[in-house]
Amino acid sequence: MTNFIKGLKDGIPIALGYVSVSFTFGLQAVSLGLSWWEAALISLTNLTSAGQFAGLDIMARGGGFWIEMLCTQFIINLRYSLMSLSLSQKADQNLKGIHRWLTGFGITDEIFAVSMKNTDDISSKYMYGIILLPVLGWTGGTLMGAIAGSILPSVVISSLGIAIYSMFIAIIIPPAKKDSAVFKVVLISVALSCILKFTPLLNNISSGFSIIICTIIAAVIGAIFFPIKEEKE
Amino acid sequence: MIAKDFFIYLFIMAGITYLIRVLPFVTFKKKITSRFVRSFLYYVPYAVLGAMTFPEILYSTGNYVSAVAGLIVACILAFREKSLLTVAIFACVAALVINLIYIAIS
Repeated sequence: MTNFIKGLKDGIPIALGYVSVSFTFGLQAVSLGLSWWEAALISLTNLTSAGQFAGLDIMARGGGFWIEMLCTQFIINLRYSLMSLSLSQKADQNLKGIHRWLTGFGITDEIFAVSMKNTDDISSKYMYGIILLPVLGWTGGTLMGAIAGSILPSVVISSLGIAIYSMFIAIIIPPAKKDSAVFKVVLISVALSCILKFTPLLNNISSGFSIIICTIIAAVIGAIFFPIKEEKE
Repeated sequence: MIAKDFFIYLFIMAGITYLIRVLPFVTFKKKITSRFVRSFLYYVPYAVLGAMTFPEILYSTGNYVSAVAGLIVACILAFREKSLLTVAIFACVAALVINLIYIAIS
């Protein structure tokens, strides 16, 4: 049980951070026409930030873009496969079978980072503990954002539209300061994204595919010209 | 969007996201050794966030001027390594102030 408690404690700061990010997700979802329970259901079943925001853009265009949704989610969330691989190396003897199928759901950037840092052998109880509060925070924050989105004045809502993008900037800039390769990869991706958006003909490419194209080209260039050293993981 | 379309999208999103997470967790026992693949995956999150943020941030507040104001504030605070929440709040406040000024003068 102590492992479970330790997991719960490690999950508290993650859950608090998730409330604020998912609040903006709920806000955005409602502003794009989804209902509060649809927004909450997406958060409860997906538990991911970038993928959900990209998914919203596709949903806002109505039904039919199934393949685009699949490809977008695949590329944006592909990084999780690397994390779950790394995590599987540190799993203890109890974390196997059904426990892996259940706790695998909760592998996010933050849960991965904290669990890798804070424990030597990762047990199933620790995983259940660290996942619980972030899931509640992520879903609850979405609900609050969706409700706030239906009652706040429109000038406040439109001003809050920048919240998620400013959070993305807050995620990107600190590592880009320390690692010039990250900075260059981000610049390439941003430049490509602007080119696709503003060039005639190319601007017919939908936002989901545009993100995929920019990501793959920028990350491949990064992998070719700035391969990581072995300790970076 | 009709309910049926929503649930198809939800199923695709949740299903693919879950499988990406859980399949390597339950199957692979060895580490990825390819330096190219590991480097690629290392850069993916940053490239995704860059492409999602630009140029979309400019359209996020309904007004280019307030968006640029929020963007500048976000960059300054992020460069000083403030927390996500701090960066977001001040960027929103900057955008809100400009939007209110526009309403007041128009």
